[in-house]
This record gives sequence, structure tokens and C-alpha cells, in this order.
Amino acid sequence: MAEKQFVADSAVLRSIYERAALLKANDERARKVILSGQIAMVYYSYRGQEIIPSVMGEVLRDDDTICTIYRGIHDMLGKGFPLNELWAELIGRTTGSCKGKGGPMHLTYPPKGIMVTTGIVGSSAPIANGLAWAAQLDGSDRVSVCTFGDGASNIGAVHEAMNLAAVWKLPTIFVCQNNLFAEHTTFEKMTAGKNIANRAEGYGIPGVRVDGNDPEAMYSAFAEAVARARAGEGPTLLECMTFRFFGHNFGDDDSYIPKEQKAAAMEADPVPALRARLIADRIATEEELAAVEAEIETRIDGAIEHALASPWPEPDDLRFDVFAQEIAA
Amino acid sequence: MSAVEKAAKPKVTIIEAISKAYQDAFAEDPKVITLGEDLADPEGGGIAKITKGLSTSFGDDRVRSTPISEQAIMGAAIGASLAGYKPIAEIMLMNFTTVAMDMIVNHAAKLRFMSGGQTSVPIVVRTMTGLGFGSGGQHCDYLEAWFAHTPGVKVCTPSTPEDAYGLLRAAIDDPDPVIFIENMPTYRTPMSFELPSSGHRVPLGQAAVQREGSDVTIVTYGRMAMLARAAADQAAEAGISVEVIDLRTIAPWDRDTVLASARKTGRVIIVHEAVKQHGAGAEIAAVIGEELFGALKKPVKRLGGAYSAVPYSRPLENAYAPDGDSILAAIKDIAS
Ligand SMILES: Cc1ncc(C[n+]2csc(CCOP(=O)(O)OP(=O)(O)O)c2C)c(N)n1
Repeated sequence: MAEKQFVADSAVLRSIYERAALLKANDERARKVILSGQIAMVYYSYRGQEIIPSVMGEVLRDDDTICTIYRGIHDMLGKGFPLNELWAELIGRTTGSCKGKGGPMHLTYPPKGIMVTTGIVGSSAPIANGLAWAAQLDGSDRVSVCTFGDGASNIGAVHEAMNLAAVWKLPTIFVCQNNLFAEHTTFEKMTAGKNIANRAEGYGIPGVRVDGNDPEAMYSAFAEAVARARAGEGPTLLECMTFRFFGHNFGDDDSYIPKEQKAAAMEADPVPALRARLIADRIATEEELAAVEAEIETRIDGAIEHALASPWPEPDDLRFDVFAQEIAA
Repeated sequence: MSAVEKAAKPKVTIIEAISKAYQDAFAEDPKVITLGEDLADPEGGGIAKITKGLSTSFGDDRVRSTPISEQAIMGAAIGASLAGYKPIAEIMLMNFTTVAMDMIVNHAAKLRFMSGGQTSVPIVVRTMTGLGFGSGGQHCDYLEAWFAHTPGVKVCTPSTPEDAYGLLRAAIDDPDPVIFIENMPTYRTPMSFELPSSGHRVPLGQAAVQREGSDVTIVTYGRMAMLARAAADQAAEAGISVEVIDLRTIAPWDRDTVLASARKTGRVIIVHEAVKQHGAGAEIAAVIGEELFGALKKPVKRLGGAYSAVPYSRPLENAYAPDGDSILAAIKDIAS
């Protein structure tokens, strides 16, 4: 397949930006409401990693599935998770997508193909294979994406999953978001070979290291992986290089991130960079983008308002959803 | 107040006690080593900072940060123990022991038996858990019953700083694998205890009678023992005398102490944070029934977690496990 096929044109770049602007604004708002004490929740900021899921959202269809991780709200929003159901779940209300039972680490929204969010490092990968197998069985060309971090690339489950996907030629796309840190551990120190994409070679599948903060590079790599999967050519491992601007979770003392490294990453913030590019290349005007951003803020305001006005679950709700059949009181 | 807490003792925390146990064990025995995610100083000394300073003091040969690879962590601990070392494997949260279950259940627990006693696995698996942080279904389970159901592993958990020190030192000394469970939400609760000296040990398999009483026996452990002590104080005000037994070791558990107390009071409540159904309390209740049928004044009561995953939403999480109020209500009910 010729790489040239997968070029992000102006309309695609603009759409990627609009998604990224939503992701960025939602993260900023989440940190703001936690800091102000308005809302208490466990929160894993993805600030700095927005381009990867914005591209994925651009390429994927609603019937394509994704399995993501605790640091995954960007993946979900990119895939179309509705804001009302998201915020209500974050705040633990009955109108949340999981009725308040799952919370930030287990957000799920099947109508948009958001099938699993796991808090267990590496566990997104094996399950994605089952979704891919089902697509194969259904005779559908839908694809199955799993995302995970660089740290997760050292869990056995991820390797078992890549081997199985290769052997069965599954339409699974393994998206490693390499943000260079796993909690306080640096990628360099704990990942032998210092390259995750290379590991694909051992499984005989394509492994591509791509600048995940570069929308064009990310688009062409991801769209190619999806096209391969849709065409029945099997899995791809993408190692998307990025950086998380803040600590592992909200409240984490992030002093272990070298100051210069953090400053340089923030200086190269991929979201404003894409914005500037759109304006410089006359793909959009300042006014148009400002209007998009203002609308995003209004939508987030509305979602938080809706969430806060929604009812809390009742203890009796614990009897439901353990099994299909309720547990006797 | 129990004898141990009575005197005005300095306030210390369980976390300080565990850190000191590491320091002392490392200083006294060069065979003691440790490994786990983020636990050496370049990675911050562990998420709870328990091992902070250890790698600097004792070197990064003995104190190793690992990749996120629980199977590899557990396997390495087992292997080093076969060669005469005394590894402490830290599995950050108890739910992540599931990733290493084969290593623990099929190997650590069974190698001594299957080799006819030729090999042994003197490891400690230190792990933290407990609800209260709103972290939902995969970060705060109490899975002690799984391990207690596995012959060949011992399971213990402290509810005071002194016991945290003494149990951990005993677990390190023990010739067999020990799962050492810590309750995270109460790590930094200051308690009136002294930081023990390096000779202090709490023998595995020995319960502590933390309150003496004559009307009702509570058998419990971990955070629930802390709640039970407070509930016993409240019950005393209502004229009910409650004996609180902290098992400290869940497997093998101290049947003699529990049965003696149950025989005395005839009314037993068992409390744990873990799911009540098929929990450790079921075993204890069954043994009390087998041994003391007829001596009981009331059926044994069990309090435990609800039959569901740990829920996220605050009101659900609050309702999930026993609390001081439900323990007190159970005391009043069984005493009536
Ligand atoms: C099996 C397992 N081990 C340990 C943890 C604790 N933990 C949560 S996130 C994390 C770091 C993961 O790093 P990485 O995979 O790079 O993803 P990132 O958080 O950087 O997005 C660790 C160790 C866990 N959740 N699951």
C-alpha cells in the first residue's frame, strides 16, 4: 500500500484540530474543577497527548471499537464519547454512562465503540483482540484499537496479544502512546532496546514509530494501519511519541520530570501549534477557531451543570449489574 | 482503651513502622532484598515512599525498581529465594497480584511441597489496598480469601504500627511465602503506639486481643479492627462489653484465641472489608459452629463488603463495606 494515499488534507487537519481543542479544553476544565474543590475524582491528565486520539477519531468509524486505559479520556472524547454522559460519570451520578458505578477509570460507551477502559496496565490489548476476532467472524471490515502506555509494553499480556493478533491476522491496531514516563519511571531506564515499535518485528507485523504530536505523520501512519486492518492484512503496532505535561495523576508531585524536558515539551505544545498552522496556512481564521473554542467551553459548562443536577445512585443500586439478573436484597 | 494503647505513647503511623522494618531488616541481614515498581530512590522511593532512602543506603543491587511486569517481579523473587535470598516483592496494589497469580499460587505456594521439602520460597509479597479513594472496581479489592484458600502461603495484615513492624519482620524471617497486606487509607493515621525496637516480632498465626470484654466477641483484621476498637468503646458506654480480636494473620489463623473468646461470650461478630460471600469470615464462622455448637447464645454474625465490584460513586462506595455504625448496630443487635 502506497503511503502517499494517507495524506491529511486541509479539511482533515482542521477537523483534527477541532477534536484536539475539545480534548485540551476538557482536560483543563477537569484539572480546574478538581483544584477548586468543586469536584473530587481520581484524574489522569492527558494534556500534551491530544493529537493521537484526535487523529484516531478522525480515521475511525463509530462501529470501530477501542479499548483504552485510565489515562484515556482523550481517547474516548476523540472517539465521540458524549460530554453529558462523561461528566455525569466522572461525578458519579446515575446519568453517567456507567450509572456512577465505573467512574473515571472505567468509562464505557458502546454506542461509539468505546468498549473497555481498564485500570490494569496492559489489559486493553488482549481484549481488543477479541473484538477484532468478532469483526472477522462477522465478516465486517471494522477494526479494533487498543491504546496503552510505554510502561505497559513490558507486561506479558501485551506480547501475548501481539503474537495472537499476528498469528490470526486480526484487525487489531496496537497504539502505544509513549509519553516517556510510567508513573515515576523513565521509558529509557526500564524498556530494553529503547524502542517499542521494533518489537513488532519479532511478531512479523509492521511496527512504526511516529511523532504522535505531528498530526500529518500521525494521520498517515494511523490511516495506513487502519486500511491494512480493514483489508484483512492484519495488525500493526504504532509507537506514538508524545509527552504528558503533568504528573502521573492529579496531585502527583511531578518534580521527577526534568524541568528543561517539561519546559521544552510545553513549548512545543502540539495543540496551539496546529492552531497556528491552520491560521498561517489560511485553513481557518482566528475568528473561526475562537468561535469553535468558545462553543466547546459552552458545551463543557452545560455538561457539568447537567451532571451536578443529576441524582446520586442509591446503595440499593449495588444489587444491579453484577449479573444480568439482580441480586436478591 | 486496650493495654497496648493505654499509656500516653507517642503518635506513629503504620507507614513509619513499615519503613523502619525495612531499614532494620536490611541492616541486619544482607540476604534481604527487595524489588517492585518505582521503589528505588531515582523513582521516588515507592508510591507511598515506604522504601524512600533504602536504595541509597543499601545499594541498587539489593533495592531494585522494575518495569511494570508483575509476573517477572514475582518470578524473580521466587528464583532468588530458591537460591537463599529473602526477597520482599512489592506489588503496588493488591488487584495487581492477579497479574502474578500463577507465580504465587502455582509456584511460590507449592514448590516446597512438590519438591518434597527440597526447595522453599521464603518471600514476602507486600501489597496495599483498601477502599476510600474513589478509585472504583480495580484498585481496592481485598483478595485475602483467595490466598488463604491456597495451602502454602501465609496471609497477614496489621492494624497498628507495632504489629505492622512485628508482623513484617516475622514475615521476612519466615521460611515460607507470606502475603503482607496493608490498608492504604489508614497508612498515615497517627496512632498512640511506640515504634518498636528491632527485636520486636509478632509471631505469624497469633491473634491479638485488643479489647477485653465479656458480652460480645468481634473477630476482625486490618482497617476493620480499627473501626471495631472504636465501636467497642462506644458499646461500653451503652453497657455492652466487647472483646476485639485482631487476627493479624488470616492464614493460618489463631483458632485457640478465637474459640476461647467465643466460648466466653457466646456471641460472635466477624467483620472484614472483603466481600462477605465466601470471605475469610465464612471459614471462621464455620469452625466456631463446628467446635462450639450449643455454647453459642446467638448465631454468628458476619459483616463484609457487598456482593459487587467496588463501586465508584461516593454514596455507593460509602455503603459498600462495614463502617463504625454498622458494627455498632451489629453489636447492639447480637447483645440484645
Ligand atoms: C498491572 C498493573 N501494575 C501496576 C499498575 C499501577 N500503575 C498504574 S499506571 C502505571 C504506569 C503506566 O505507565 P504507562 O503504561 O507508560 O502509561 P501512562 O500512565 O504513562 O499513560 C502503573 C505502574 C497497574 N495499574 N496495573
